[in-house]
Amino acid sequence: MSDSIIHSDDKAIEEAERYLAAQKRRENISLAIRYTILTIVGLIMLYPLIWLVGASFMTNEEIFGGVGFMPTNPVMDGYAEGWQTSTPYTFGRFFWNTFLIIAPKTICTVISCTVVAYGFARFDFPGKKILFAAVIGTLLLPNVVTRIPQYMLFNELGWLDSYLPLWVPSAFAGDAFFVFLLLQFLRSIPRDMEEAARVDGATSFQALIYVVVPMLVPAMISVGLFQFMWTMDDFLGPLIYISSVEKFPVSLALKLSIDTAESFEWNRILAMSVLTLLPSLLVFFMSQKYFVEGISAGGVKG
Amino acid sequence: MAQLTIRNLEKVYSGTVKALHGINLDVKDGEFMVLVGPSGCAKSTTLRMIAGLETVSGGHITIGERVVNNLPPGDRGIAMVFQNYALYPHMKVRKNLSFGLKLAGENKEEIAKRVAEVAEVLEIEPLLDRLPKQLSGGQAQRVALGRALIKKPEVFLFDEPLSNLDAKLRASMRVRITDLHRRLKEQGQSSTVVYVTHDQVEAMTMGDRICVMKDGRIMQVDDPETLYARPANAFVAGFIGMPEMNLVNATLSQGESGPVVTFGDQSIQFGDNLAGRLEAGTAGDVTFGVRPQHFRLAEAGEHALVAKVSKADFLGHEVDVHISIGGQRFTIVLPVEDFRKANVDGAIRIRPEEERVFIFDRTSGLNVSLA
Repeated sequence: MSDSIIHSDDKAIEEAERYLAAQKRRENISLAIRYTILTIVGLIMLYPLIWLVGASFMTNEEIFGGVGFMPTNPVMDGYAEGWQTSTPYTFGRFFWNTFLIIAPKTICTVISCTVVAYGFARFDFPGKKILFAAVIGTLLLPNVVTRIPQYMLFNELGWLDSYLPLWVPSAFAGDAFFVFLLLQFLRSIPRDMEEAARVDGATSFQALIYVVVPMLVPAMISVGLFQFMWTMDDFLGPLIYISSVEKFPVSLALKLSIDTAESFEWNRILAMSVLTLLPSLLVFFMSQKYFVEGISAGGVKG
Repeated sequence: MAQLTIRNLEKVYSGTVKALHGINLDVKDGEFMVLVGPSGCAKSTTLRMIAGLETVSGGHITIGERVVNNLPPGDRGIAMVFQNYALYPHMKVRKNLSFGLKLAGENKEEIAKRVAEVAEVLEIEPLLDRLPKQLSGGQAQRVALGRALIKKPEVFLFDEPLSNLDAKLRASMRVRITDLHRRLKEQGQSSTVVYVTHDQVEAMTMGDRICVMKDGRIMQVDDPETLYARPANAFVAGFIGMPEMNLVNATLSQGESGPVVTFGDQSIQFGDNLAGRLEAGTAGDVTFGVRPQHFRLAEAGEHALVAKVSKADFLGHEVDVHISIGGQRFTIVLPVEDFRKANVDGAIRIRPEEERVFIFDRTSGLNVSLA
């Protein structure tokens, strides 16, 4: 075998090189085609977003003047006026309100879902199967079905027009999806470390805090992110439970500007929409690394 | 004092599957006890029950003077080394070592002192500021060993700690662990060890005594030499020793000058030694056992078995010869020269050494040639 390589003539080498060059050329062409297609499709998908950002710097007249996204004379009117809103409050107030919902909700979700998932993943207790079926059951149940009973319940409790209905259910691991996500992730973590911790004298809870949680961080960040973004986007929840304008989160505030103005000031709405997007984008890019690790690791890591 | 006593220990899974059938075992203070057996024999389950990682379905476990059945693992005075090291992945080696002490509320100076001690003994000082993923298998296992050592437990539990290491490293770790055990014993520290393995070489080289298990039952508990020389039953006989002991179906009858063992069309006459060892009334269908090393070439004219050679594996200094006698397969080990000399037309004439053959009851498997 090695003999034939040493004694092969120049012609054979030349031919091999030509073949390799042709192969490389074909690869490059196919790569170029692929990237072109992907770029075009990507642009088409992103165009509404690009337009949104561009249009937020346009005047109202210009917005409906054409389909282009580059403002001819960029103006900040939309931002300045939109921030003031048509209510006595600035948009800053609505952002703060949103934060008041998101912060407890996200933190409580991560904590409660972790504890519940840990329980299901690591302990055997009477009724475990039924309880787990119940959790998965709520996962499959359409949200709409529980709206009315929930509303009546919170009405009884006197929680209407407060943020409690929006985050308290999450504080008790009400989001079955997150429990499920963490559970899958936990199942992929070997028990040895926890057993070692227990032999080292840790209680189950200490094992959770000191050993499991550090390994679970990527998944917990995913949960936090999902919850953050979904709460940011949630419109129906606040619409049902919050009635006074001073407590509106941004999702309602955006709609408010459409309701109250006779002729919509589109540039204001678009400008505020852009601002509303920012927190989610910011948080996402900050924790992107963990996020991807978290949602993929649950399935593949052994 | 930290002797470990196990009485009628049972493990039942999901109400029906019995994994452990009421075993009794005494591990003396400072003893190195090896639990060995094929996979599924419940040796690991037993260890995990001692550790408190599995619940006890019946019987009790006593460490020192305390019945520990219902104590959490941390309160049992045990430390455990796991097969997969089970180091805490996010903690540096130093923290891995000190985690248990910290939970126990030990003060900082004491912790630092003990970490330094253990690191020195195990030669892991340069690794103290590394994360587990930056360690090789052998280093990780040394850290795991350190994590057990630092607690100064009454009983050390090892769950197949060397099976993830390569052969060479395994050999050196074997020596390290036995050295460590000896040193602890000399220093008068608690050094009772229960060591689980499926590797009989580990069992034979490390254990003061070995407990051979099968299907949730103890087959025999003895020191390595006794286990090899006087197996209590066919299972232990076959499990201990390399290559495996030949165990073949045979018929035992009484000849003119002693017992005669017949397989197929061949039989061999034994003398007073075997006759003296046999339990009274043993005859008929039995299992005949003899180790591959305990055959020798027959002298010319001597009464011998004629064996057909089907395959010979040359191992350098000796040959594993696969033969058949009267339709029964045997493996025997011979020196290379002997085999060359004796092998005539694919047949050799051999004799088992009478002092080392065993007769087992065919149904119960018990050794009936130990008297």
